[in-house]
Parts: sequence; C-alpha cells; structure tokens
Amino acid sequence: GGSMHYFDPTKNYWGGHGIVGGQIPLGVGLAYGVKYQGHKGAAMAFMGDGAVNQGAVHEAYNLASLWQLPVIFVIENNGYSMGTSQGRSSAGALAKRAEGYDMAWGTCDGHDVYEVRATMDKFLTLAREESKPAVIEIRTYRYRGHSVADPDNTYRSKQEIEEYRRTKDPIQVFQNRLVAEGVLTEALIEKIDTEARAEADAAVEFSEASPFPTPADIQKDVYWETDNPSERKSEGRLFFD
Amino acid sequence: MPVFTYREAIRHALAEELTRDKNVVVLGEEVAQFNGAYKVTEGLLAKFGPSRIVDTPISEAGFIGMGIGASMLGVRPVMELMFWSFYSVAFDQILNNAANVRYMSGGQINCPIVIRGPANGGTNVGATHSHTPENVLANHPGVKVVVPATAYDAKGLLKSAIRDNDPVFFLENTMLYGEKGEIPEEEYLIPLGKADVKRQGTDLTIVTYGRCVLHSLAAAEVLEKEHEVSVEVVDLRSIRPLDIDTVLASVAKTHRVLIVEEQKPFASVGSQLAYMIQREAFDELDGPIHRIATIDAPAIYSPPVETEQLPNPQRVIKAALAAVA
Repeated sequence: GGSMHYFDPTKNYWGGHGIVGGQIPLGVGLAYGVKYQGHKGAAMAFMGDGAVNQGAVHEAYNLASLWQLPVIFVIENNGYSMGTSQGRSSAGALAKRAEGYDMAWGTCDGHDVYEVRATMDKFLTLAREESKPAVIEIRTYRYRGHSVADPDNTYRSKQEIEEYRRTKDPIQVFQNRLVAEGVLTEALIEKIDTEARAEADAAVEFSEASPFPTPADIQKDVYWETDNPSERKSEGRLFFD
Repeated sequence: MPVFTYREAIRHALAEELTRDKNVVVLGEEVAQFNGAYKVTEGLLAKFGPSRIVDTPISEAGFIGMGIGASMLGVRPVMELMFWSFYSVAFDQILNNAANVRYMSGGQINCPIVIRGPANGGTNVGATHSHTPENVLANHPGVKVVVPATAYDAKGLLKSAIRDNDPVFFLENTMLYGEKGEIPEEEYLIPLGKADVKRQGTDLTIVTYGRCVLHSLAAAEVLEKEHEVSVEVVDLRSIRPLDIDTVLASVAKTHRVLIVEEQKPFASVGSQLAYMIQREAFDELDGPIHRIATIDAPAIYSPPVETEQLPNPQRVIKAALAAVA
C-alpha cells in the first residue's frame, strides 16, 4: 500500500514502513540520534492499537525508558486492528502499559483538537526539556475498512459508524465549536471546504497524471552506492540474475 | 611486520574508526563493562567512554532497530550480535527495515549501519548458536555481506564496512578470533566485494570464504605434497557484493571447481556460486562443480561429531580428489 511508502526526511518525516510495530524501534533510534548528536528535539513514533502487542514495541519502550530518550509513542486507537476489536486483541488498558516501563503516559480524545494539542504539548515538553519518553493513546475512529480488501460488514455495525460520525467527527466538532465562538461563519466554512476539495482534487490529478515507473527503475534506490556510482568504493557484483 | 590476532585486528579497526569519526558508536550486549563476550571490544569503554561504547539489554529487535533508526539520522552504529544466530529475533529489523528503507523511501534515506559478530559452528554451542546466515542475509538486495578469514582482511574490511553508506553485515568466527596474522602499522582499507587468491594453483580451484579458507589452505598443502594436485584457493571475503570475475578467472585457469563452505547445503552461497559458474564458464569446465558444506542437520552437540559435520581439511582433501579424478 501507498501509506507504507510515504517518506519525507526534509520535513523530519521518517516514514510509513510496512510491518505493524516494526517502525517503533526506528523511532527510538531517531530519538537516540537526536540525543547523541546533541540536537534539541524529540521523536514521535506512531502506531495503531493493533501494534501494541508486538514484541518490538515493548523492546522499544524498555530502551526508551532505560536510556531516557526523547521519544513519544503515540497509539492511535481506532478500536480495531483490521477486523479485530480492541477487546478481542489486547488485555488491559493500552497506554497504561507504560507504567511497567516506568514511563509517563496519557490519553486524550482524538475528536477534540484542543485536548490533543494540550496532551501532545505536555509530553513533548517533557521529552524536549527533560529527555523523558512517554506513551500517549489517542482515542479515535475510522469510517472506512482497514484496506481495500476489507468489506467492512462483518465486525461492526453501520449504526456504530453513523453514531461516531454524528457525535464525534473531529472536523465537525471543531467546526461547531468555532461557529459557537463566532470565529467561523457559514460563508467561511463554504470557502474552506471548497479550497480543501480543490487541493485534494489537484493532488489526485497530479497522481493520476504522474507516469508509472518503468522496469528500468526496478533496481534504483536499492543501494546508496549504485545510486552514487562516482562515489562507489566497493567492487564486484551487487545485483544478480 | 607486527603480528596480531583476528580479535585484535577487529578491535583496532573499531578503535581507529571511533577515533576518526565521532558518529561511530559501538553498541551491543556486554560490549562495554564486560569488555565483550568474546573480548573483541576489550578496552574500548576505557578509551572512548560510555557514550561511544554502549551496553544494551538482551533485546536484539529493540537495539538493532534503534541502531537502524539512528543510522537514518547519520549516526554510524556498529552493532555487535553476541552470536549472529540471534539475528532471528531481530529479523524484521534487519531485513525489512535496514534492507528496505532506502527502496521504500525512494532513495531519500540510507542506512549506514554495521552489524557484526560471530557466525560459525565448531565450538560445541549447539544448534541454536551455530547458524551461518550469510546466504539468508545476502538474499536481500540492499545489504552487503562480508565474511573475513584472516586478521589482515578482518581489519581492512571492517574499516571499509564502517565507512560504507549501505547496511553491512559482518560475519566473524569464534574459531578465528585467536588466529594470528601480519598487520601493517600504516592504515589500510580493503574494498568490499574484492576476492583474494590466497594460494596459486593449476589443477583445481577451491572457492571458499571464512574459516573454510584455512581448511582449504591446509588441504591444499597435503594435496600438493601427497597427491601432486596443485590447488588454487580463492577467498571471496565478501558475499555481496560478489567478485565473480576473480572466480571465473581462476576457473579458466584450472577448469575444475570445488566449493567449500560452512553452510547448510540447501540454497547456500555455494548453490548460487555453482549456478553462476556453470552459467558464465560452462565451456571452461572439465567436470561437474563439486561442493562440500556442513552435513545437512542442525549443529550436533557432540564435540567430536561436530568436527565431522563441519568442513575440515580431511573432507576437503577427499572432495578435491573426487573433483580432479
């Protein structure tokens, strides 16, 4: 899937990756690198509620706390790991597991922008200023199935989805609040909505107009050395047929 | 020329690169206070301090993954696996993250990590501690795999590995740590992917690497003296990249080939070599390609039988005589 291939280190975004939980030790490594190189900052390592039972996540928790690395582990808990609900896959509360590793932890509601920001600020400050790791669980939801291969008709009800959309849709909740505060008007909502749709449409258009790679691209980006042939130091064959 | 052990050669390579580049750090189980499970890192903590020489918990998936993440930021971690056999518990980190991060990021990220440690049988440590995963590792495009046989090679190759911008997996051998060799006082590097003809000969090419180089050289002496068979020994030194040209040049000279490897035979490094040699030098061959490998079973615990399970000079001599018959 495409989401496994999103990377942009120029924006400090170190990637999607593909194996549930396998990216979490990398996040600890980024925090280690930040600390070792003496930079000010923190790493944020994101995972879903389905990742919390992977061994690599627990090894990462231990190292982060043991070495006081500036990393925030963020669990985006939408209640389902593919088609298995949290209650059918995880024992106990998810973020609370941090206590076993002597780490700070917190939870917040993902549909409340202010609450998410306040929670993130609190733990990011702890990471940046005191080099302390933490686990944050953000309660959220997903409207669609896990992937294109998920018909989404076996493990939850349509009513459940509609109920969330009606009461907790993050954009709607924020919009209602801003309207109540007099910040947003109907006209402004319409304008923002139109601009957002145009931006999304342009992105789709750009993607569809972009050429597919060719078979000649298959062996690009495999080795730094073959992508930088003038700086190659090794000899011999790197690819085989 | 000064003489050092293979263990000291690796230690000196680490110390020189730690001195040369502040981004180099050494991490692993027992590498610091304990001075190394096999004493490879002895004295490094005292010299470089605890921020450069770091003891890790027994947590390979965690600390190897952490090293990979740090390398993405430009740190150059040299991670010790107490035994390469423990790669299995960090398999996802090593072969999904280190090997693939460059590809999946469209070339935006590279991973200048070295993972090193011993990968061998012969010390009676049993089936779980005797794996030789160079074939498994080298099966993954994006990685480099090095298996040095001598002290000289170990030092020059490790220094190149640490400076390399791709992930390099460096497979040592506990049976070689005490082997001595001449090491020049001046600095030197050996490029990855360059084989070394360890012995010239005319009747048979032995293609080998790692400790089997020593077995092959010992066998070659006996074959010369007692059987009048002149053996050329090609030490690959590096599995990926692979210096197949040196192998093919030797085959063109001797026309007969014996592969000697401490691998289980199925889908081994030797299997790949045999395919490439027949594909690229079929007309040069005067007979089928022969091979000896570890006898196909988990590493047996019995010390005298394990010696027979592994390649050894006697097995090499027998196989060489069959190959030239």
